Amino acid sequence: MKRWITFQAILIKDVRSYYLKPPNLSWGLLFPLAWTLMFFLRSQGPIDIRSLLPGVMTLSVLFGTTSMLAVTVTFERKGKSFERLLQAPIPLGLLVLAKTSGAILFGTLNALVPLALAAFYIPLEASGAIRLLTACLLLAFSSAFLGLLVAVSVQEVFEAQTLSNFFRFPMVFLCGLFFPLERVPLPLRSLSYILPPTYGVDLLRGALGEEVLFSTASSLARLTALCTVLALLCLRAINRHWID
Amino acid sequence: MKSEPFAFEVRGLRKAFGSLRAVDSLSFGVFPGEIFGFLGPNGAGKTTTIRMLTGLARPTGGHLFFFGEERTADVKAVQHLMGIVPDDDNLYPELTGRANLEFCGALYGMPRKERQERAEMLLERFGLAEAAGRFFATYSKGMRRKLVLAAALMHRPPILFLDEPTTGIDVASARSIRQLLDDLRCEGTTIFLTTHYIEEAQRLCDRIAFIAEGRLVALDATATLLASAREEGAIDFVVEGETLSLREPLGLAFGGVTCRIEGNTVSVRSSEPLRLTPFLNFFRDRGIELREARREKPSLEEVFLRVTGKAPEERAKGGGDRP
Repeated sequence: MKRWITFQAILIKDVRSYYLKPPNLSWGLLFPLAWTLMFFLRSQGPIDIRSLLPGVMTLSVLFGTTSMLAVTVTFERKGKSFERLLQAPIPLGLLVLAKTSGAILFGTLNALVPLALAAFYIPLEASGAIRLLTACLLLAFSSAFLGLLVAVSVQEVFEAQTLSNFFRFPMVFLCGLFFPLERVPLPLRSLSYILPPTYGVDLLRGALGEEVLFSTASSLARLTALCTVLALLCLRAINRHWID
Repeated sequence: MKSEPFAFEVRGLRKAFGSLRAVDSLSFGVFPGEIFGFLGPNGAGKTTTIRMLTGLARPTGGHLFFFGEERTADVKAVQHLMGIVPDDDNLYPELTGRANLEFCGALYGMPRKERQERAEMLLERFGLAEAAGRFFATYSKGMRRKLVLAAALMHRPPILFLDEPTTGIDVASARSIRQLLDDLRCEGTTIFLTTHYIEEAQRLCDRIAFIAEGRLVALDATATLLASAREEGAIDFVVEGETLSLREPLGLAFGGVTCRIEGNTVSVRSSEPLRLTPFLNFFRDRGIELREARREKPSLEEVFLRVTGKAPEERAKGGGDRP
């Protein structure tokens, strides 16, 4: 019960202090719309919403989650208020989960903006919607942990943004979003297979009835495994870097 | 390994950052319900020690005990027993005073109703009730320190760590914080206090440890430390007329005494107790009129300067001569 109280308090504080602030809210809405518009402009013929949606949703989750988490945690570390959390009797795993949950919700809701728009044009079955939501959540988990890893590695907020971009853009181009994995040069293709968005995109495509590379179970298992690895890396990094 | 009867104890505590030994073989224990002063110059290792005791840093060596149990590898398990006032005002600027307190209570698992009542009580006690709805960012330095202290007390910890609680705040706020610490001691809270203000330590602390370059250089009851200073002699004489010519004869007449002359004041210091009469005779024999003679009250500052490597005599070197 005590742990639930703590988890809830951290999550609610973060949501109120960061994620519900007007600039972030508007960014959370505008960003997915801008991605949608970008895909719309680059399409030569009639828009195929089913092929467009996985890309927009993935980018929304990836950018929304990593940015917010890396920036807010770096901000709190700089103000030393993060030390307050480390000095409270909160298990490190619970602290990581509580701090990432706000960003996970934020990223997932970002992804639901284009989905909500698309729902007017394409019929979505319940099972497809659940698969879409699961894929978004797993993508958000992996992105949040990546954001936290960034926060562990930097001292300043601007460094967090710079470092985030350093891995986000290569990920976008290597995950099969813009061109199929078979066309990725061989030395880089092995890298593609350890990127969470590779499986997230595939899951989203599968949920929308598009052609996929992996089975749903395989993508889910791989994405879950990558989330677990990233979570463990986060715990290890925090233990090593934030506790002297 | 067991440790009793201390509220907490460190044994042979060490912390190294590369080749730098920030804390070196530190050992002391803090009794339940006492105010324990932890004093030392900047960079002596005070904050590093607190960080190790509160789980923000891992000891390179040594042992930590809380209420008799070794917790060196698991400080997390006893963090619920600690209230921590760091040297930074590390509350949340975007939250109100009240919200900050309630959030801190929630970090320790306090149910909503309990933390709301506790927050109101503490806001009242710390004189912050009127500012409770204002954002922390708008608080004055003194109000911030009080709120940080209130936040540390939300979960009623039996041990309170305070790192420079009154540094940089106005006199009235500092006084009220000292009064609150005194009240907390009466209520049975164990307080570990680091401060730059010697007078504050002298007034509040039951026992004091001096640390320099990561090592413990003195530890005793405040009264005992002061008594050791009282054994030293320090008298200031204010005389009429020319004083500079007194240096040499003073040196010849009183071996082992340090003498400093500034204007009409002749200050004599000795590691032994000084008797007044020989000095009165010395001035009378030379026809020097004595306007005032006063024994300097020994202070903890003198003990501090002596044990941390700067003897009080060294302070006098600039303006005086050794006889």
